[in-house]
Amino acid sequence: MIRMRRPNFSTVMLVLGLLFLYLPMFVLVVYSFNASKLVTVWAGFSTQWYGELFRDQQILSAVWTSLRIAFFAASMAVCLGTVAAFVMTRFGHFRGKTALSSMVTAPLVMPEVITGLSLLLLFVQMAQITGWPADRGMATIWIAHTTFCSAYVAVVVAARLREVDHSIEEAAMDLGSPPLKTFFSITLPIITPALAAGWLLAFTLSLDDLVIASFVSGPGANTLPMVVFSSVRMGVSPKINALATLIILTVSLATLLAWFFMRRNETKRKAALQEV
Amino acid sequence: MKLSRSSALLKRLQLGRRAVIAFPLVWLTLFFLLPFALVLKISLSEAAIAIPPYGPLLEYVDQTLHVFLNLGNYLFLLSDSLYIAAYWGSVKTAFIATLACLLLGYPMAYAMARAPARWQLLLLLLVMLPSWTSFLIRVYAWMGILSNSGLINNLLIGVGLIDSPLRMMNTQFAVTIGIVYAYLPFMVLPLYAHLTRMDNSLLEAAADLGSRKLNTFIKVTLPLSTGGIVAGSMLVFIPAVGEFVIPELLGGPDTLMIGKVLWEEFFLNRDWPVASALAMVMLLLLLVPIVWFHRYQSREFQE
Repeated sequence: MIRMRRPNFSTVMLVLGLLFLYLPMFVLVVYSFNASKLVTVWAGFSTQWYGELFRDQQILSAVWTSLRIAFFAASMAVCLGTVAAFVMTRFGHFRGKTALSSMVTAPLVMPEVITGLSLLLLFVQMAQITGWPADRGMATIWIAHTTFCSAYVAVVVAARLREVDHSIEEAAMDLGSPPLKTFFSITLPIITPALAAGWLLAFTLSLDDLVIASFVSGPGANTLPMVVFSSVRMGVSPKINALATLIILTVSLATLLAWFFMRRNETKRKAALQEV
Repeated sequence: MKLSRSSALLKRLQLGRRAVIAFPLVWLTLFFLLPFALVLKISLSEAAIAIPPYGPLLEYVDQTLHVFLNLGNYLFLLSDSLYIAAYWGSVKTAFIATLACLLLGYPMAYAMARAPARWQLLLLLLVMLPSWTSFLIRVYAWMGILSNSGLINNLLIGVGLIDSPLRMMNTQFAVTIGIVYAYLPFMVLPLYAHLTRMDNSLLEAAADLGSRKLNTFIKVTLPLSTGGIVAGSMLVFIPAVGEFVIPELLGGPDTLMIGKVLWEEFFLNRDWPVASALAMVMLLLLLVPIVWFHRYQSREFQE
């Protein structure tokens, strides 16, 4: 039966939902090219706000701080999250398993104000007892971000570990490969895509965090969201629109690239299956 | 001889196993669990003009140990109607926003799961992409759209539908739409994951037995996606209750939310004990939802 199907309710909602998600971002991008300082009045095309953005030393140094924190937090979160996911999916029962799985899932939903406040109190108490951290700043933000990002990494990696065929690992161990070697030469290569996805997710989460960083930061370290927030509080500013456009552009390009590679792998896999 | 060697190996393996378990367990205990104990502790202490700004809980005076447990902060929360109104406002707003996310997100996830296989990845990336940009900037976008001289008001006045701008900024409406906008991807993702995993032969069987589409949806699809509904709803509801950025940027004086009140107690009033007590009560309110979420989420770690 060949005929155009009547668009059903869920498809219409999907289109509407995507419009709802993308229209506000589209408006942001359009107004970043507005000549007027008033964001709501169109006064012709201009790229002056991009120039002003790149002359703003405060924003530039905040970008650099945020990128460094995000890089180190994502890297540590991948180590921590992967071990947590492996322990929970492969180790059977052990003492503290319930505690570990609770501490991995709770940060996913914990309100940021609670996490931020509790970590700040910890750092203050630690400084009183051990003398470290005397000054809060990048190191304390790194610890805070690593902790909540590792939960997201653990969920992504655990999902992949569940899909992976156990029997390959078991075969390697039966043939005398020690567990550590089996992990590094069998398991790790299979789950690498999940590690990359987890790292990217942790990286964006760390770059994006305002509330937790505001609690645990000191006077020296201002992250990008902290600078953006103090500017946005004063009202709408076209410079922030320019920054938003650059962020949206970067994320879109990265996503497009990821999509391209994932689709190519999928076609390759299908071709390989057909050859067999 | 051989036996003792293998038992030594076994011991080493046991030790290695424990070390591997200990790494995430110790880190999370130190940086996630222990801090909550400190929040509880500070919430029971008295505010003081000191660095840090709270009094001690234990004091050793005249060879006796004095323990100060000050419930005053909690009583203070109960006595001031501002705090109760803020808790109620948060729960109400988060509930309405979660419901709106579910009503919009479920059909979206359903359509994605039904789409041709080669479209699914692209659709999933399209839904998730906004959440990878910047939370702050996505909330900021609505400031330009909803304000009195914003896009919607300009459009409506330009068309001639209204004469004076509608007040949408700094209202309950603005806060709710901000939460729905910011958290929608987190609702769609778990719903989609559950709906794609569903066995299609069940739907075919229902159709073969003469069940109509709506009936099949209510009796087969909906119950099978309960896990996704719970996970998605909790991923929206729990963080939304403690939300600070959205009520700060889009809300006004009549949109009290507890995350914002806590922030102000901490950063403006510098009253750490009251801020801690606020956090403890919020945690208590959210305990049941968090445990519920954990029960569904921990199934994902099984097998």
